[in-house]
Amino acid sequence: MKLGFWLALGELRAHPGRLLVALAAIAIGVALGLAVQLINASAAAEFSQAVRATTGQADFEIRGPRGGFDDRVLERVAADPAVAVASPMVEVDARVLDAADAGPNETRILKLIGIDPFRAAQVTPALLGVPADEGDGLALLADDALFLSPAAQAWLGVSPGQTLRLQSGLEAVTLRIAGGLPGARPRQRIATLDIGAAQWRLARLGLLTRIAVRLKSGSEVTAAKARITASLPAGVFVAAPEDADVRASNLSRAYRVNLDVLALVALFTGAFLVFSTQTLAVARRRGEFALLRTLGWPASRLIAYLVTEGATLGLAGGLLGAISGIAVARFALELLGGDLGGGYFAGIVPELVVDTPVIIGFVLLGTFAAAAGSLAPALEIARTAPAQALKGGAESGRGGTVGRHGPGIALLGIGAVLTQLPPIDGLPIAGYLAIVCWLIGGIGLMPGLAGRVFSLCARWLEPLAARRPLAFLSLQRLAAAPGQAGIALAGVVASFALMVAMAIMVGSFRDSVDRWLGRVLAAPLYVRVPAGGNSAFVPPETLAAIAAQPGLERFEWLRIQQLDLDPRRPPVTLMARTLDKRDPGRRIPLTGAALPPEAVAEGSVPVWVSEAMVDLYGWSPGSRQRLPLAGRAVDVTVAGVWRDFARQHGTVTMALDDYRRLTGDEGITDGALWPRAGITPAELAAAIQRATPATRHLDFAEPGEIRAASLRIFDRSFAVTYLLEGVAIVIGLAGIGASFSAQALARAREFGMLRHLGMTRRELLRLLGFEAGGLTLFGIASGGALGLAIALVLIHVVNPQSFHWNMDLAVPWRLLGAVTALLLAAAVGTALLATRQATGTGPVRAVREDW
Amino acid sequence: MQRRRWLKALLLSAMLPRRLFAAAPSFPAVEPRPLAFPRDHGAHPQFRTEWWYLTGWLETAAAEALGFQITFFRSRTTHDPANPSRFAPHQLLFAHAALARPRLGHLLHDQRAARVVRDDPTARFSLADTDLILAGWQLRRTPEGRYDARIDAETFALDLRFSPTQPVLLQGEGGYSRKGARPQQASYYYSQPQLVVSGSVVQGSERLEVGGRAWLDHEWSSQVLDESAAGWDWVGIDLDDGGALMAFRIRARAGGASLWAAARLRTAGGREFSFGPDEVRFEPEAHWLSPRTGTRYPVRCRLTLGRGADALRYEIEPLMEDQELDARRSTGAVYWEGAVTLLGDGKRRGRGYLELVGYHRPMRL
Repeated sequence: MKLGFWLALGELRAHPGRLLVALAAIAIGVALGLAVQLINASAAAEFSQAVRATTGQADFEIRGPRGGFDDRVLERVAADPAVAVASPMVEVDARVLDAADAGPNETRILKLIGIDPFRAAQVTPALLGVPADEGDGLALLADDALFLSPAAQAWLGVSPGQTLRLQSGLEAVTLRIAGGLPGARPRQRIATLDIGAAQWRLARLGLLTRIAVRLKSGSEVTAAKARITASLPAGVFVAAPEDADVRASNLSRAYRVNLDVLALVALFTGAFLVFSTQTLAVARRRGEFALLRTLGWPASRLIAYLVTEGATLGLAGGLLGAISGIAVARFALELLGGDLGGGYFAGIVPELVVDTPVIIGFVLLGTFAAAAGSLAPALEIARTAPAQALKGGAESGRGGTVGRHGPGIALLGIGAVLTQLPPIDGLPIAGYLAIVCWLIGGIGLMPGLAGRVFSLCARWLEPLAARRPLAFLSLQRLAAAPGQAGIALAGVVASFALMVAMAIMVGSFRDSVDRWLGRVLAAPLYVRVPAGGNSAFVPPETLAAIAAQPGLERFEWLRIQQLDLDPRRPPVTLMARTLDKRDPGRRIPLTGAALPPEAVAEGSVPVWVSEAMVDLYGWSPGSRQRLPLAGRAVDVTVAGVWRDFARQHGTVTMALDDYRRLTGDEGITDGALWPRAGITPAELAAAIQRATPATRHLDFAEPGEIRAASLRIFDRSFAVTYLLEGVAIVIGLAGIGASFSAQALARAREFGMLRHLGMTRRELLRLLGFEAGGLTLFGIASGGALGLAIALVLIHVVNPQSFHWNMDLAVPWRLLGAVTALLLAAAVGTALLATRQATGTGPVRAVREDW
Repeated sequence: MQRRRWLKALLLSAMLPRRLFAAAPSFPAVEPRPLAFPRDHGAHPQFRTEWWYLTGWLETAAAEALGFQITFFRSRTTHDPANPSRFAPHQLLFAHAALARPRLGHLLHDQRAARVVRDDPTARFSLADTDLILAGWQLRRTPEGRYDARIDAETFALDLRFSPTQPVLLQGEGGYSRKGARPQQASYYYSQPQLVVSGSVVQGSERLEVGGRAWLDHEWSSQVLDESAAGWDWVGIDLDDGGALMAFRIRARAGGASLWAAARLRTAGGREFSFGPDEVRFEPEAHWLSPRTGTRYPVRCRLTLGRGADALRYEIEPLMEDQELDARRSTGAVYWEGAVTLLGDGKRRGRGYLELVGYHRPMRL
């Protein structure tokens, strides 16, 4: 292989730029895919271990609504003969007030766990605080003390002996830090305190959120579970520790898979770049290879050599990508946390888990992609008779594939069928496969289609041939040798299709979210309990004080809380709100007609559910379901379906008066306020806070701010797609560059003849400009159509199956128009540049091509 | 191991006033008052500390002598009394049980601990009479005055009934028992000597039917020990002639001198004698060094009551030397609590229990 090494080195010396671009594309694909994988694995590992620390040696747990369940459930559980210890817990996410070095807009949410040290010692010893002063054992039972994990101490810049001001609900609570939690995970940010103190100080009287249960040794776990389950009130259930892992994985699964697919797109891009680079290299070195063949290299050796060359490139790119992927993952974990800003694993700061098999897998994937990209040109050169190749300038055999439409059409058909399939294991696998089929099928059909279209145009433009000879000539040329233009076309079509698809999908999503925000944010002023207070609420006294504000014309209240319908799924949101049952669509964006109140059976309560409820739990319109409320299973009827872009795991909405009647719970979490004419929302907010000091910990916001913040989050989570759109354009241009460089080489004789016939070099370039323009236009048109089709799959198949929400198609015409113009100009420019370089030094030395 | 360190600290400091922000509860002072039964058999949750202490000798059908100890311990914390939470740890219950079997050479012991949660049947006390339940362990006084105890420990089980044969023995002045020079250093304290025991002991795979004699102490207070006290020596003996003897002394941290001492003797005929601080002397005769904790206990000692020629002189002999209760891995307490024989003039006079506290580390109570 010594000769091969020199050949490759020569190629590298001659075209370092092109090889570097291909290398970079592979590296980007590998880096992105690996980073997503590593970040998620790290987050999942950390989450799982954090869960282990809080479940300890429990055989199972009793869980219920996030807001908590009746603490008398404890006695029922503890009374079971198989139960050795039932350790009760109250978990509260509290906001840390005046944290040492928090930024001005940074909210620090600390997870507080109220425990009974006597019982926790036997089930979850990691949660037991160790007093800083050894004699202060009573601090474990104190009403004013908490124990902070080392990570939380570092995060908040505090240490034992100091105090911490926390906000739970509307109350500010000051607790002294009595010691640490040496049993906590190194990066786990939690605090524990006595359960009695927690219930009192954090306003959770009478409530528990979890009970960790350890059975007597030798007990029958299944039987105990069944007995205990039967004794629990509705909405409270037995959950195995491993359920938490499944649940955590379910939380971010769809988001993660979609990022993985984007990584595959980048890898595909890389493979394509290798393909175009190698095609050009093969064209340029056609003579060399023919010589090698005549000197005795068999075709198989040549193929092996070229594939090895590609694989080497892929290996280098893969290694580079692995290094950058690890770096990106490390950086992203520090900066964005384990959910890449998706908000799925709040409170968990994972440490990067470097998983060697995964890294090796991704490097190999990059290598294979590049090797596959080299295979097509290698096979082609191996097929060409050496004698013909040695003559040089001959038309390549690529035209041979033109006639075969069958596979392309078949792929399009298969794709169409795939779009109709349901999700596989909750993931839109079929949808993604459909996109792959359409992309490959579409590209495969391009050369033939281009030939037809261009011959049609040429025939149509024949009368104008005399007046516009160059344009006519270019059309004739395109019509006659479409196979030649194949790479350029494939590049343009693939890149433009991907770009259009992503632009349309993101644009449609953003447009739908924007309009949705406009509908759900109908009031001029909003008030809510602060973030993190997952079960904090505004008490009725404070509500009455707000309602009595003279500047307030009208108000609507919401009570939002989370409850579990399935221990293995993320929690569902229950939203009780002021609602006109006759016309719920005025407040929630219904996707269809709603059942009128009289259509709901006597004794059943109407609810309006988000699309995710229909997909995940089968709560179809008109069906009757049981909803656990205040420990009872309430008969509800699904009266309508609405679109909820804010909560992907399901939302159930009911009228606030129904909720209050069923639960007796008068607290609220959110409010929509309408000021009287002449009073601005800001004035109203200020007046309320002046008049009712208890509201000073509430967040007031105007719809504009909420909307801007929401869209900012939206744009951040889609930032990676913008990056990939850029990458897609690079492939398109690279394809064009490679294609035209190759053609310039292949057509050196043709150009020489045209020059000989009196065509100036300038005219020659114009001719090529026309060709490039025509080709790109065609590519853009077909790529656009293909992209639109892919966008429809993304919007109507992938998104609903992944995130359980539908959106309306909105084409960002201006963006697409601008990108089209840019791509067209760039394509023509690239083609000219490539040709100029290829032909610049005169017909004789036109062997040294590049773009 | 480390996770359990707190419990020790908890037990040691359970009675210390240690407040930073919240309102401190106030503990009633112990003042002389006549005890009223059966009410005073029940709990007195306003006071900081209270215990019910059963000790005694058992004999198996095979005439094997065993010692046992069952303690229920109630503690009122300084947790803000205003906390309305059901789980607020205002009252804690601890229980200890130990079995001394000479053929094993060391104590078997176990303990339970919990907070008292309103309406929770698994940890509770009664105000009306002795009625204690803690995580399956139980001590109850029946209306007829019999005590029933059921202890299901990890390595043994006790199911015993205790029938009184004589009236309660009020310690100190009518149940007001001083523990130091200052009047507030006192407790309410009565004993129930000469309880006739019957029942069963399960140890290993053996189930032993037993009979014997036992002693019950019930004591409650808010502040007992002087700051300068290290611990105490206590002895409670059922005399063979039907009498009963209780003696204790509080030791100083420095030098081990007595800070306070008292004794009460009930004769077979029912006459009672009290001995004051300068009339009670504990003198070590032989020490036993614990191989586990390195603590030296005066497990053989001379007890002298009274002065001069009239003084009563006794010697105390342990059932076995190693009756150390090493609960460092759970409650953290380390003390010697063992079955002993009381000798006078070289002859056996009675049997009971000796408690040696604060030899490992000064006890704070």
